[in-house]
Amino acid sequence: MSQTISTTPAATTATATTAERKPLTKKELAADHPTWCPGCGDFSVLALYFKLIEKAKLHHEKFTTIAGIGCSSRFPYFVQAHGAHYIHGRALAFASGVSISRPDQHVFVFGGDGDAFSIGGNHFNHTARKNIKMTYVVMDNWVYGLTKKQTSPTSPLGFKSKTDIWGAVDQPINPMKQAISAGATFVARTTHTNPNHVLQMMEAAMAHDGFSFIECLSECVEFYEGAFDASNPRKGGVFNTVPADHDVTDEAAAYKLAGEAFPGHFGVFYKVNRPTKNAKEQEIITNYRSKVAGQKDWQILQKTFDRLK
Amino acid sequence: MSEATLTPQTSGGAPKKAKISEAVIRIAGNSQDGIQAIGGFLARLAGRSEQEVMTFMTIPSTISGGPSIFQVRIGSGEVLSAGDEADVLLAFYQHSYEGHINSLKKGGIVLYDADHVEPKEEWKKDYHHVGIKISSLTVEAIGGTAKDKGKNIFSLGLIARMFDLNVPKLEKLVEERFTGKDPSIAKTALMAFHAGYGYSVDTVMNTFQFVESRKHETAQVVMNGNEAIGYGLIAAGVRFGAGYPITPWSDIMELLRRELPKYGGTFIQCEDEIASVSMAIGASYAGKLAITGSSGPGISLKSEAIGWAINAEVPLIICDIQRGGPSTGMPTNIEQSDLFIACFGSHGDAPRVVLGPSSVEDCFYTAIEAVNIANKYNVPVIILSDQAIATRIEAFAEPNLEKLCQDISPDLSPVADHKPYDLSTPDGTVKRVVPGTQILSGKYPIATGLEHDEMGHPTGSPKLHMAMTAKRRKKLQALAAALPLPKVYGPPEGNVLLIGWGSTDGTIREAVDRARAAGDSVSSLTIRHLNPLPNDLENIFSGFHHVFVVETNDEGIYGYGGQLCSLLRARYCDPKIRGINKTDGLTWKVKEVLERTKILLDAKKA
Repeated sequence: MSQTISTTPAATTATATTAERKPLTKKELAADHPTWCPGCGDFSVLALYFKLIEKAKLHHEKFTTIAGIGCSSRFPYFVQAHGAHYIHGRALAFASGVSISRPDQHVFVFGGDGDAFSIGGNHFNHTARKNIKMTYVVMDNWVYGLTKKQTSPTSPLGFKSKTDIWGAVDQPINPMKQAISAGATFVARTTHTNPNHVLQMMEAAMAHDGFSFIECLSECVEFYEGAFDASNPRKGGVFNTVPADHDVTDEAAAYKLAGEAFPGHFGVFYKVNRPTKNAKEQEIITNYRSKVAGQKDWQILQKTFDRLK
Repeated sequence: MSEATLTPQTSGGAPKKAKISEAVIRIAGNSQDGIQAIGGFLARLAGRSEQEVMTFMTIPSTISGGPSIFQVRIGSGEVLSAGDEADVLLAFYQHSYEGHINSLKKGGIVLYDADHVEPKEEWKKDYHHVGIKISSLTVEAIGGTAKDKGKNIFSLGLIARMFDLNVPKLEKLVEERFTGKDPSIAKTALMAFHAGYGYSVDTVMNTFQFVESRKHETAQVVMNGNEAIGYGLIAAGVRFGAGYPITPWSDIMELLRRELPKYGGTFIQCEDEIASVSMAIGASYAGKLAITGSSGPGISLKSEAIGWAINAEVPLIICDIQRGGPSTGMPTNIEQSDLFIACFGSHGDAPRVVLGPSSVEDCFYTAIEAVNIANKYNVPVIILSDQAIATRIEAFAEPNLEKLCQDISPDLSPVADHKPYDLSTPDGTVKRVVPGTQILSGKYPIATGLEHDEMGHPTGSPKLHMAMTAKRRKKLQALAAALPLPKVYGPPEGNVLLIGWGSTDGTIREAVDRARAAGDSVSSLTIRHLNPLPNDLENIFSGFHHVFVVETNDEGIYGYGGQLCSLLRARYCDPKIRGINKTDGLTWKVKEVLERTKILLDAKKA
């Protein structure tokens, strides 16, 4: 049998109980109790991920949950499914290996702002431009939480941390601008205080054929309490969704939305269809495979060796 | 050694055709002259003529141009190294002539381009000088200007005449090489070849003819070490890879990028070294055992990720094509100074497997062995090759591909239950269960870099850290117990045992042959399994008074030897293990090995 990376492995379609498996319940999806601090925004993202899987009727063997390092990156331990907790900043590169080699898997990556935009900044840009199929949710809390309050790449100017006791002096990264300019094909913004909206964004991201990126504001109650109050109506803020007339295929308009002062808008800023890296690699494979149709792998290699004589 | 020495024609006598068993030809020019092509043609011809062949080349690390050489040693008997001294030097320029005359044996032939080289009177007594206007004769034959290509193929014709090489076979090789391009290119190349061949070189010097070589049972294939690793990985069933360009590793990634789609696989060029190792680990985790690789600084960059794969027990193949270090070092030179980083290059106790192929042929089989070890023990395996093997061309018996090619697709059948880090297995190995597999118990594994329990969930338990550290170590101990003991070359007892690894194997064996022919008691041992080492090496060492480890790396701060030498001393605590080291970035010569052995023996006597 030839080992095409593209063909859905036969065994995945022959699961033990093919007959009418029920959608997974929250109970079946929950693993370890999260180690996050009480009140952390990440709890709601986890709960909504469970809801997403349940609603999408994905079974355990159909998806993989991947993260790097950080508070939010503990995510895979709390999900009862195949998952990996990789090294700091490189979750996207790892996830790309899963995505390209296993097209039968839905690949979800969770992480924080440090993982995504500081140590992993290079991978963010390249995974976006290559449009590698996966959903990436960055739980942005504007601070390093796991290491206990250092400045993060999204900390606003003036934010007092242990590494900037006088207040942050470096221009912060704007994740939405970064994603749009890097070439992400789905860019959305949400906040943990609006669960319905988080779920909506996750569903739209999952349905997108390409690299789908969600910036989800997720408050760190321990080290940056109240950071996002201005976006929370219950705390006297405003939650504005993207204007109805916004054209999600208009890159300049999306960039303009991304440039608004906090709290800005929430929703899908940008969404275009561009062939995925997965599809392009598959096209190359299909083309080459057609030239060697009917030959076993050893016979293909034998032809090459015959030319090396 | 040649049966008939390649001697110059004595004045007055008619030119003769002498029978020889081998010849070393060094071609010196600039890197854009296509001298690698001449060497390549000669190597391929030897492969098709059942002869043995080995090549050696240097390339400048400049972007374009610069002096470059290609040396080819062809023999009707066994060829173990590219040869210490050349029988023939083909020099295109004054700098090629002056820079390489020392590599020619006394009495050897220097064939020079009389358009560019002014021979020196003082060298004429030691070397037979044959001047031919190669540049202008090429222009005469095929048109164009002296700057155009073609003089390499003209020179191939000259060499073919000098050594009475098989013209139809060479013509076919030239045609094959230029097929696919403009048909006039192949025609022009053949014109240049025939012009060179037709030049009556036999009127000015002796010519030669190889004695018939022993018959090989199977056909031979001709390739370099990087190609052999690439094709070996394909035969082993690897269908995914990721990498970043760096010399001299890049050839492997280019080959896999080009070839894997034919097999339904793919190779991804990544944004950096860390992304490429990470992407490969991701694919391996997902059940598609993957390959990444690099050289020099790239290996340093990958170290953290390799540590993750060790902790998470995810298999992975890493090719380290060594070059001169540290840092950017000497990108196109030879060094064996990555053994330590290969064995230990990660923080924490991070046991992994390191294999050192010792020839081009061995590169092919080592790749398959690496894949099978990685798959069985769920561990990263480093294939530690070097610049010398990577670019060296050898002919070797064609592998039985039907038998060797294997399918390593993951088994995704549902399982009842699964503990990824099961502590109850005696050798620490567990059959992997990858994404896409339904686990009927409803309990799913997490692959992790944190210390973990048997399901992969984080733990700070001292007991579990001890147990998991031991589990990762035990896998290598189980592998070590299964490794064959390497065979001694020469008698199993004697005065000196020379130990080598990697590209020095052939040279060291040739040194043993030469020493024994001179009556000295010298044997050698090549260690291919570098981490873990095979058990019971001490039983081999006990047969010798001296154990000298020959390595292309530094002698170390304490001066007793290089990196393998240090590992052997650490394991066997035996002061008779000493190092013979050099760091000139060049391959070892047989005579260097013998001289340094003698020096070390004399020093020990004193």
